[in-house]
Amino acid sequence: MTAPAPAARSDAAAALAAFGALLARDLTVLRRQPADFITRTIVQPVLFVFVLGYVSPRIGQPAAGSATQAATTLLAGMLAVVILFQGLFAVALPLVQDLGYTREIDDRLFAPLPARAVALEKIALGTIQGLLAALVIFPLAILIPAAPPAVHIHWAVLLTLAPLAALMCASLGLFLGTAMDPRLTMALFAVLITPLMWLGCALFPWSALHVIPWVQGLALADPLTYASEGLRAAVTSQPHLSLLVVYPVLAAATALLLWQATRHFTRRVIS
Amino acid sequence: MTRAAVAAPGPAGSAADAAVLTEDLGKTYPGGTVAVAGLSLAVRRGEVLGLLGPNGAGKSTTAGMLTTTVRPTSGRAWVAGVDVAAAPARVHRHIGVVPQRNTLDRRLSVRDNLIFHGRYFGMRPAAARAAAARLLDQVSLADAAGKRVDELSGGMAQRLMIARAIMHGPEVLFLDEPTTGLDPQSRLAVHDIITGLQAAGQTILLITHDMTEAETLAGRVAIIDHGRLLALDTPAALKRMVPGGTVVTVTADGTGPAEFAAALAASVPGACDARLLGDAVLLTVDDGQPVLPAVLAAAGTCHARLREVRVDPPTLETVFIQLTGKELRES
Repeated sequence: MTAPAPAARSDAAAALAAFGALLARDLTVLRRQPADFITRTIVQPVLFVFVLGYVSPRIGQPAAGSATQAATTLLAGMLAVVILFQGLFAVALPLVQDLGYTREIDDRLFAPLPARAVALEKIALGTIQGLLAALVIFPLAILIPAAPPAVHIHWAVLLTLAPLAALMCASLGLFLGTAMDPRLTMALFAVLITPLMWLGCALFPWSALHVIPWVQGLALADPLTYASEGLRAAVTSQPHLSLLVVYPVLAAATALLLWQATRHFTRRVIS
Repeated sequence: MTRAAVAAPGPAGSAADAAVLTEDLGKTYPGGTVAVAGLSLAVRRGEVLGLLGPNGAGKSTTAGMLTTTVRPTSGRAWVAGVDVAAAPARVHRHIGVVPQRNTLDRRLSVRDNLIFHGRYFGMRPAAARAAAARLLDQVSLADAAGKRVDELSGGMAQRLMIARAIMHGPEVLFLDEPTTGLDPQSRLAVHDIITGLQAAGQTILLITHDMTEAETLAGRVAIIDHGRLLALDTPAALKRMVPGGTVVTVTADGTGPAEFAAALAASVPGACDARLLGDAVLLTVDDGQPVLPAVLAAAGTCHARLREVRVDPPTLETVFIQLTGKELRES
């Protein structure tokens, strides 16, 4: 070392403390503005569950099979959708403000940790919010439908897959928020959200798509498919994509997105 | 990164008393724009060094490299003895930064902006709260502690940014044009805060394009343009560099201006030239000190009744124009 640090704390300890404080800051903001969290978490999925799980069966148009089947399909799907929304709205959108003209992220970048760690903190926050959102939507997706879904929880799968899916979606959010001009992020959302969700097997199981093979193939390109199908395996007994496919693809997508997202983030904040 | 920092040898000798040291520091942006071209300078501990230059001179890029938001493409730099390229995160522990733009955290209150900043630097919540209260008092924002930051005026926001930058007791404080866009009262308030910090021994790198500000606040001034250091000295010494920098303006009645101009040119020591401007005579001299007796003598010779004698010493602006050959606001 070229100079003794003012305190005896090592770089790693300082970085860890800073990471924790950044997370504390974000959770404080989250706690003080619960309305924000609730609106972006609940409104859309609740409407989906209401329309597809309650209204459709009541008017004799169940989305797929019986009312119970529809509710069961939606349960896993909505968990995946709220997790995806958190990645997009809790990670990507704030970056518009952070990296935009006001550069509010500057002060956090001057904290004693590498820029990449600031990016990782955003992902950690998105993951936490994704899991919180899943916890909120779970009972609603059981209570709202016309017929209750057939819940069958596989704890080992749920406790590993939900965090992995949340991590993947938060990484996707950071990637989308940093890979392009923040002014374009909103437009991108409008274009991306619908196909991501419709092709992501949130509203129907992947296996049901076998009647349209090209759509079934296309769905495999949507990372949300693996989250939906994995969560389907975690909370229901419905047929689902093999977990031997789901885990490796989710892990690989997460690793790739994490790497690219932190790289883009660093490029955006350090010239 | 950290590994390289440990292995990297420190700057030779002078690092010990320099808070900031650069050696041939350079930045060429992708695309070939050279923002900084081999800058070598040292900021001593406890001094306020003014970095003066026109827009686009490389001031902010220099500050960016020293605060690790811009990666140098050549040369090296140390802040508090830490290599900025090798250990950026460690540099952060030694610096406080007030950027040009308002980068306050709009989702936090005035008080929380300080508290969380302190916590980023490892302060315990209670200690951060106490320090925040003390600092808010120091920058006269105690009454605004609970406000949202977008309710603050420009001057208040700037005071809060300074308070935030010194919250964790940094060794070097970087102020990037801290009074640009402020009204005169706010400007003075910021100057008072800077003067107070200086008195307390804070090392400050003050980036400005405001000559008066540099002259008032900085112990030494570095003038840069096109990414190069043109001069580095105290404001007084810089001004002595300029030959014929002092302008003497004499207005008198009862004599022909041309005759009076000739008499003044002959009697004022070191007068470079004497020109007429309306009914006034303009002389440029190296040193304004011995001018008055000579002007009085010349007036006596011509039987002129002096109306006004003005001696304008050189300003940093004169020095700057001399060094760069252009007005500050041109670029």
